[in-house]
Amino acid sequence: MKKESKENLPNGGKYKTKVSDRVFDVFNYLIFGIFTLICIYPFYYMIINTISSNELSAQGLINFIPRGIHFENYKALISLNGLGNAALVSLGKTVIGTVTTVLATAFLGYMFTQERMWKRKFWYRFVVIIMYFNAGLIPMFITMKTLGLTNTFWVYILPCIVQPFNIILVKTYIESLPKSLQEAAEIDGAGVLRRFWQIVLPVCTPILATVAIFSAVGQWNSYQDTLIYITDQKLYSLQYLLYTYINQASSLASMVKNTGVQGLNAATMATQQTPTSIQMTVSVVVVLPILCIYPMFQRFFVKGIMIGSVKG
Amino acid sequence: MSEVTNTKDNHIGKSKSVGFKYFLCILPFIILVFLFSYFPLHGWIYAFYDYKPPRSLSQCEFVGLKWFKMLVSNPTQVKQLVQVLKNTFVMSLLGIATSILPLFFAVFLNEIKNKKFKSFVQTFTTLPNFISWVLVFSVAFALFSSNGMVNTFLHQMGCIKTPIKFLDSDSYTYLKMLLWGLWKGLGWGSIIYLASIASIDQELYEAASIDGAGRFQKILYITIPELLPTFFVMLMMAVSNFLNNGMDQYFVFQNSFNKEHIQVLDLYVYNIGMTGSSYSLATAISMLKSIVSIALLSLCNVVSKLTRGETIV
Repeated sequence: MKKESKENLPNGGKYKTKVSDRVFDVFNYLIFGIFTLICIYPFYYMIINTISSNELSAQGLINFIPRGIHFENYKALISLNGLGNAALVSLGKTVIGTVTTVLATAFLGYMFTQERMWKRKFWYRFVVIIMYFNAGLIPMFITMKTLGLTNTFWVYILPCIVQPFNIILVKTYIESLPKSLQEAAEIDGAGVLRRFWQIVLPVCTPILATVAIFSAVGQWNSYQDTLIYITDQKLYSLQYLLYTYINQASSLASMVKNTGVQGLNAATMATQQTPTSIQMTVSVVVVLPILCIYPMFQRFFVKGIMIGSVKG
Repeated sequence: MSEVTNTKDNHIGKSKSVGFKYFLCILPFIILVFLFSYFPLHGWIYAFYDYKPPRSLSQCEFVGLKWFKMLVSNPTQVKQLVQVLKNTFVMSLLGIATSILPLFFAVFLNEIKNKKFKSFVQTFTTLPNFISWVLVFSVAFALFSSNGMVNTFLHQMGCIKTPIKFLDSDSYTYLKMLLWGLWKGLGWGSIIYLASIASIDQELYEAASIDGAGRFQKILYITIPELLPTFFVMLMMAVSNFLNNGMDQYFVFQNSFNKEHIQVLDLYVYNIGMTGSSYSLATAISMLKSIVSIALLSLCNVVSKLTRGETIV
């Protein structure tokens, strides 16, 4: 529609032929192309380096095309201490964290639309206002300790269940639905919980999908919770484990640097996994779930941010 | 008469009990909110004690405002805090100064008429937003460490003899952090503007075309003014979060070389509290931070109310 109307205008084509316009277009395409490449290349670089010969990779010869393809790096990960466990923890906290927060968000968003609730406005404010203040790191740490949650899996889940911003989104969404939907069910004798399960939850799926995606990505990507509340290695998340690997690699790299020629020899001799190759392989494993589900959830976040911006 | 009032009372009584039942349904969540958002506030009293972790608070000495006084009187402490505040301010200001970039990104991306190229750009420039800062650091390490891709490449080209220390040095720390932030956030930040552009009334453009407005005039006089309200909201949000840079980004990039310039308030609180074990001092600082933040938020709210007639909260 838009396009047609533009082309139908009497002078519609005139500007397209202007030289300044053409120059602008070329630069525009060029700059966006370059920026996009900058965004993609690091991922490509890491992937090709993990499947290329480690010797060539260590010499920095793998920049654009993979060479000497092998999958030993990935096989080596199996024997890597703690990685499988960390993957389980990350997966667990992503799945359980997302399911609990989505259900809680939907339920609270729904309950706060029920005008009959005792002191509804007060409790709504009680929940929403927590977006705007924060006790701070140390008080949070002390609280978790007091509650006995440090070094437990639940420290990943419980504090993240109630998300006020998402509750506002869902509440606004439910309020925009026709009231008759719930009224009809109520006349038929459906209680508040049944109305939630059978009517509200199914119609809220679009907004809940958006909430689910953002909390899943958030859970998968967070490392601060491990850093602050967890010392037990069995409960390390993938992100945190990756962080420790990089730090080990960095100290190893600086050791190599300090020993000069000897170090260089050691690096070229390494036909097996190097700290760098391990670090890159783990990175690829950590980023892969995001890369895989990304095309699927891309359409949701535009919707999500639009609904958010209406309120925000 | 009495019968009527009776049923009415009954009705009220019933709806009251229903209302209370509804409340009981959400009570577990109210308890969660209380436990993880309100209850932690009691931790602020630690700022007035000399808290040494293995001991309980009652066994520790009450020191009153000692830590707060120390922040303004102890010369080394003052020097450190000033540096941290400077870092926080510079990073936040750079963030605010560049917050116009997503707007331009959206405006110029909108000028690309090739739909495939456009969605390609949009897809892949948003991707970095969805990876964690640990992974960003991993990327940085693979590309910019002493034997990373860039150094090796420059060495092979014969441009450099010794590797450039991109990561483990303190030069241009602010700029580097800004660039990483932009790499991660620029594409994502532009989405809200792209959505706003899509909702601009097309008749405005048509009218402008008839009046003989060119492409750049349309951008300047229609697109950008239409986006300014959104920009204003984002700007106010950024200002109210002036002190809350978070520690995610800075923690992963922090090392002994760049510590002086990378420590923003949030990271500083972590460093002295969790690694330095001065729980009380860290609490005092984060308490002051919270209070200033709330003041800033209220201020932005008032500004927003005055200029746009709408609050941001």
